[in-house]
Amino acid sequence: MANKFIVSLSPHVHGGDSVQKNMYGVIIALIPALLVSLFIFGVGAAIVTLTSVAACVFFEWAITKYIFKRERTTVLDGSAALTGILLAFNLPSNLPVWIIIIGALVAIGIGKMTFGGLGCNPFNPALVGRVFLLISFPVQMTSWPQAGQWASYTDAETGATPLALMKAAIKAGDPSMLSELPSSFNLLIGMSDSCQMGAGCIGEVSALALLLGLAYMLWKKIISWHIPVSILVTVFVFSGLMHLANPVYASPLQHLFTGGLMLGAVFMATDYVTSPMTHKGMIIYGVAIGFLTVVIRTFGAYPEGMSFAILIMNAFTPLINTYCKPKRFGEVVKK
Amino acid sequence: MKTFRIGGVHPAENKLSAGKAIETLALPKQAVFPLSQHIGAPAVPVVKKGDVVKVGTKIAEAGGFVSAAIFSSVSGKVNKIDSVIDASGYRKPAIFIDVEGDEWEESIDRSTELVKECSLTPEEIVGKIKNAGVVGMGGACFPTHVKLTPPPGCRAECVIINAVECEPYLTADHRLMLEHPDEILVGVGILMRAVKVSKAYIGIENNKPDAIRLMKEKAAAYPGIEVVPLKVKYPQGGEKQLIDAVIGRQVPAPPAIPINVGAVVQNVGTAFAVYEAVQKNKPLFERVVTVTGKSLKNPSNFLTRMGTPMSQLIEAAGGLPEDTGKVIGGGPMMGKALANTEVPICKGSSGVLLMNDKEARRSAPQPCIRCAKCVSACPMGLEPYLLATCSAHGDWERVEHEMIMSCIECGSCQFTCPSHRPMLDYIRLGKGKVGGIIRARNAKK
Repeated sequence: MANKFIVSLSPHVHGGDSVQKNMYGVIIALIPALLVSLFIFGVGAAIVTLTSVAACVFFEWAITKYIFKRERTTVLDGSAALTGILLAFNLPSNLPVWIIIIGALVAIGIGKMTFGGLGCNPFNPALVGRVFLLISFPVQMTSWPQAGQWASYTDAETGATPLALMKAAIKAGDPSMLSELPSSFNLLIGMSDSCQMGAGCIGEVSALALLLGLAYMLWKKIISWHIPVSILVTVFVFSGLMHLANPVYASPLQHLFTGGLMLGAVFMATDYVTSPMTHKGMIIYGVAIGFLTVVIRTFGAYPEGMSFAILIMNAFTPLINTYCKPKRFGEVVKK
Repeated sequence: MKTFRIGGVHPAENKLSAGKAIETLALPKQAVFPLSQHIGAPAVPVVKKGDVVKVGTKIAEAGGFVSAAIFSSVSGKVNKIDSVIDASGYRKPAIFIDVEGDEWEESIDRSTELVKECSLTPEEIVGKIKNAGVVGMGGACFPTHVKLTPPPGCRAECVIINAVECEPYLTADHRLMLEHPDEILVGVGILMRAVKVSKAYIGIENNKPDAIRLMKEKAAAYPGIEVVPLKVKYPQGGEKQLIDAVIGRQVPAPPAIPINVGAVVQNVGTAFAVYEAVQKNKPLFERVVTVTGKSLKNPSNFLTRMGTPMSQLIEAAGGLPEDTGKVIGGGPMMGKALANTEVPICKGSSGVLLMNDKEARRSAPQPCIRCAKCVSACPMGLEPYLLATCSAHGDWERVEHEMIMSCIECGSCQFTCPSHRPMLDYIRLGKGKVGGIIRARNAKK
């Protein structure tokens, strides 16, 4: 035959979306938060982020090549770099390089590649890395540098974070301690340096920058609104009720704009691989994360509960997927 | 503006031939008529080698209730009854006719004058449609007379005309509306009469504003016919999606059919064919076919006699481009890739699409990242990723439970998948298996 045509099944066209586009899209959405962190923590943030990204990419490449012995490397899809950035964003900016490398190894090696690589991991790899470090190196992981020390790295002055203060207020049963917190507006934009506080992890300082990232991802249709909105609304409502019942518990805005909540709600809980597949499931997942976070923050041993809440709900994701089915066509017969 | 409620995607429209008036294609040297041009039993030949036929002569009879007769589109002599590779890719029995002249059956009214009045009874109309071999022209080719005969206990409440043409590239229906609006409207009136309803809706996507304007203007003179502009979204031309978009009712899962919610859906091309069959005594032997593609010199819409090889349409549109990698019968979302260009035009051939080598190749699949975009895109509210994975593992019980038989194979899931996973390939496999299991189970009962 003169012409040899390709014969394949429909559809014969593709929308042009790709794994790379989504991964790099999330990375772009992280840029505002990264710029804020560089502005607040200076060189420390740069060192931690670069180390984390380089280590994650290296471990993914090395494991694919030498353990999986796969021909095609997956480092170019951007997922390892993204894990690296997210891990760094969950670390204090004065963390020594060797600890970061251990964190990256756990995140990529145990959190992701053990299960088969991209798409197969049940838990968010960056959070696996962070929680491993938090449990293994509690001192280094909970001493947060104060803002504005641009030139310092491991030698930065540290201080207590707003979350620790909130916890202390509950322990002492003294609501007046909460008055030392920065204003909600300062917490929103990430300018809490006025009161000599530790500002927190690299990526979580400015809720506003993270919300910008959320807007970008929603605009680009990288994620849907269901998970972040249900987390934020739940935290607002639940912590609001607690605050009304007893002012020793911080106000809902203070909860929303502090710690890893915004970073977790926008970037960690929305991780494709480890979150539910249906809108109904996403809302259940989001509500549960919001609820667990406030419970851990107020009643748990740690001042911050976001990472644990997300990991716990990651474990429930397969169960949620089994029971939350999309609304099938034909279930609504008449309008 | 109205549209269907669940899922949907927005493929690039690429309606390259929208501005091209319908041209009549020259007669082929030999016309080939596969006996299975419709859903249901194959037609049974009523001619033999050496028989002389005219344009409009019945050459094969319906092989059952769900089947349709086939009429010669040319005059000449039956050369042989053999097999041909049709659009499905399989070898199918077919009648080959060598063309001599262009002599039409006397009974066909060849004038272009509009015949508006129709005083036939519903039974007579359905009989005429059946005797003209009319099938759904949108691509599925379901025999029209069957759709116009509601099963006992069901009553039609309205006729919905599918003028959505949501497949990218295709413009045959669009051109037909612009050039034969009155014939279509008379055809719609006949369909309404056939199923005894007083209301009909014509659903048109708003990427065809000229057709919406013209049909609205003309429809004013036809009582009970309403033009419904629809927001552009694929697969709005899916029967169930269209019913949901136009009258807001959802057909329950199979085995339920549109008539269960009171709707009879017909393609706009079918309405035109019904007009010709009932008012002009003209059986279905020609149709408008879009020939298109980005590399094609002159994308066109041709009024084509059935049985014409696609190669002739491609020649008439400027010839097969050098870089052609794929030839598709139909549109890019649901059309079938053809192994060669000698496939004959059949009743359901809405278009011939040529894709260049680069467009024709699929990207290598990557692992599923569980982004849930396929779940959001599925217009049937299914979970394509799950159906594909379970089908790949051969878990037929699970995929049946997850309603795989509701899948309409629109391809939205695969279109939207960032990992380029061939989900629909696996879902089709699963549908085939589960369909067989269900039939075996019903046979046992």
